[in-house]
Amino acid sequence: MSAETSQPVSEGPPKGIGPMQRREMWLAYLMLAPTFLIILVIVAGPLLANFWISVKPVQLGDLRPPAVLVNERLRGGPEATGDSATLEYRLRNSSRKEEIRDVVLKDEVPAGFAVTGLPQGCELTGSALTCTIGTVEPGWRDRLQLEGTVSEEFLAANRPERASEPVVTGDANNVLTNFEFTFENFSRIFSADEFWSVLRVTFYYTIFGTGGALVLGLFAAQLLHTAFPGRGVLRGLFLFPYVSPVIAVAFTWVVLFDPFSGTLNALLTKMGVVSDPINFFGQRAIEFSVFGIPLEFPLALTTVIAFEAWRYFPLSFLFILARMQSINTDMYEAAEMDGATPLQQFWYLSLPQLMGILSVLFLLRFIWTFNKFDDIFLLTGGNAGTRTLTVDVYEQGFALSNLGAGAAVAVVVFVVLVTFATLFIRFSPKEEGL
Amino acid sequence: MRPASILLTAFTGLLWGVMAMVVIGVTLTLITGEVALPQATAAGLAGLLGALVFVWRGSAAGTGGAPAWAYCAVVVFLVLMIASFAGPFSLPLSVAPVWQGLALIAFVAGVTAALRLCLRDARFGAMSRYEREVIYIRIAKGVGFVVFTIIVALPFYVMVMTSLKSQQTLLANPLDLSIDFSQGLSGLVRSYVELFTQFNFGRYLMVSAFVSVATVVITLLLSVPGAYAVSRLRFPGQALLARSVLLIYMVPAIVLVIPLYAVFSQLGLRNTLTGLLIVYPATTIPVALYMLQGYFRGLPAELEEAGLMDGLSRIGVILKITLPLSLPALASVSLYVFMIAWNEFLFAFMFLDNPDIFTLSRGVVSLNSSEVPRQHLMAGAVIATVPVLVIFLWFERFLVQGLTAGSVKG
Repeated sequence: MSAETSQPVSEGPPKGIGPMQRREMWLAYLMLAPTFLIILVIVAGPLLANFWISVKPVQLGDLRPPAVLVNERLRGGPEATGDSATLEYRLRNSSRKEEIRDVVLKDEVPAGFAVTGLPQGCELTGSALTCTIGTVEPGWRDRLQLEGTVSEEFLAANRPERASEPVVTGDANNVLTNFEFTFENFSRIFSADEFWSVLRVTFYYTIFGTGGALVLGLFAAQLLHTAFPGRGVLRGLFLFPYVSPVIAVAFTWVVLFDPFSGTLNALLTKMGVVSDPINFFGQRAIEFSVFGIPLEFPLALTTVIAFEAWRYFPLSFLFILARMQSINTDMYEAAEMDGATPLQQFWYLSLPQLMGILSVLFLLRFIWTFNKFDDIFLLTGGNAGTRTLTVDVYEQGFALSNLGAGAAVAVVVFVVLVTFATLFIRFSPKEEGL
Repeated sequence: MRPASILLTAFTGLLWGVMAMVVIGVTLTLITGEVALPQATAAGLAGLLGALVFVWRGSAAGTGGAPAWAYCAVVVFLVLMIASFAGPFSLPLSVAPVWQGLALIAFVAGVTAALRLCLRDARFGAMSRYEREVIYIRIAKGVGFVVFTIIVALPFYVMVMTSLKSQQTLLANPLDLSIDFSQGLSGLVRSYVELFTQFNFGRYLMVSAFVSVATVVITLLLSVPGAYAVSRLRFPGQALLARSVLLIYMVPAIVLVIPLYAVFSQLGLRNTLTGLLIVYPATTIPVALYMLQGYFRGLPAELEEAGLMDGLSRIGVILKITLPLSLPALASVSLYVFMIAWNEFLFAFMFLDNPDIFTLSRGVVSLNSSEVPRQHLMAGAVIATVPVLVIFLWFERFLVQGLTAGSVKG
């Protein structure tokens, strides 16, 4: 900046944007506008809305806005022309907490029904009935009765009062948009005993799931690095877990590991490896002791982590393989000449070359594993000590129907995530270009 | 003679003997449904002695006679039969004799081949560190191939085979994963027929196909201009934008679900395909934009400038020059987006209640109840998997490109 201002103004480069550049700029903005719009509406908006909901006392049931429900029926059982009958509207405020203002009922009086008595507040113009009810209390119920006599036409028709549906309009406070705030959601989730165990499980799952997928991927990449017949087939096969729908592979694992009808448990018990079937996805922990110290092995969590590593190793495998194939082979020839053994070559040549892609993969997979919801939800539903933060969002928001608490957990997820992302941007090696 | 070399040879033989026996024994069990108790000790002994004979004969090569591996195979066979009292799988000979014979041949051939690959050039005399490490790596690779192939293939094998079973046979013997041809073709595919006739899976398949294709179209329509703008046009904030697109990948869907659920419920968009078609492109556009702009950057700008000089408009340049040149990238982006949309579970699960508009993922979840038998669930899983796998295998080249180019999303 200072270099620019020190130059004489008249000889400096043209300042500002020229007309052509301006046109280019506007074209660029125009081309990006739809992307911006959809991301604003579906990603940025909900992110902010999530903070809003997290400080509101919203239950799942509150999403249906308060409304006056109406039920119309014919009373008096008219049988002949000229019989008197009553059209009765039963009205009810669906909400037990909110009042509804400016309630108005509109309906068409069925053909052949001669109105003799109108309830208070109602007007009849031709066959159009308009009843102004005004403000109703929470939990309010009422009946409007319309007296009249019936004609031939009315009796001939099948349930003539159903010909037109009564319409009730009214204004009510929407719990999502009013200005009532509470910190109860946060205090509830932080004071719950399980919250800290959920946090711990989340980190175990994220760290070991990511690490497992990376190590398996590195190993698989070593296997397929050198050419041999059938390499293409194996590479395709190794990608199957990642490409298949999560729902299919998750249920397959559940079926495979089932304690009663699962193949794996049948194998283990029939071959005498274990005496009783193991409930891989249902048992929280196996207790054992080493030198008299009781220890617990978190069985379900381990199985879920194994699934995570199994499903996502293909991704790290692909990236690592691509990186390995781009390493210059001269280096290995030189090392060979110098008498480096294969393991030394791997440790001192390959690994340092792969460190960049490995760290990028670790950080990205770390964030993605942390975000993962589907896998655990489908495998265990978050039971048996496998509930992570993301599953807890669902548990609080939908299983317990407390949207506000769910959103509060989602805020925690987001805050942890922003911390990771900051670290990621800080430490990501630039040369990998990811 | 070095004890360390002998120990390495013996260990290699032991490992392969035990591993081959366990793998082949389990395979035999799954194919025949008869519980084969693999005699791991006998097999280990057979492998161990086979390996010793192989290296001994190999060191004595050039003296004529049969090749070392033939001695090895004979020794493996004889030792296995003697040590297991002629019952390597603990099954009487009358049970599935053909399969037992094949398994025995597979065992001898497998162990011999593995030893031949691992212990080529090995000897009992002193071996250098280099030579020993070559053998370690061969062993590790061999074990790796076997283990990886099994852990990847086994779940898919179980998925397909379970879907072809009937309820009774599944309950009677969970180990029997053979194809029972005696029930005829209609009996085999009964689960599939019932899914399509009674569980409405034909419709789910159509809905999934429609949603996925529509997501691809919307994503491309929006991300192509965006990617072009980011990669070719100069405007304030361009560099920032190109980098920050990646950040959108990192927003977890679960954080968006509650607000979107709340708002879509109130707008009446929740239980509709329109709702899904608003959400899906929003999750795929950043990926597509990132992948495409990388590709556009790699195209020579001179071609486009020539087009501009010859009087084409920007839109003309994109349509007539850039897009035809980017067909491979468009293909991989489309396939990748298709895959994401087809496999998507969370939003479909949260938004759709009406069975008329279930996607396949949502439909398969509805099968996961105690009233629906297991083979139906597995058949549903197969129906959901097969289209993606077929597309994947067909266009593997493009997809692998797409997966590595920009898809760090998972």
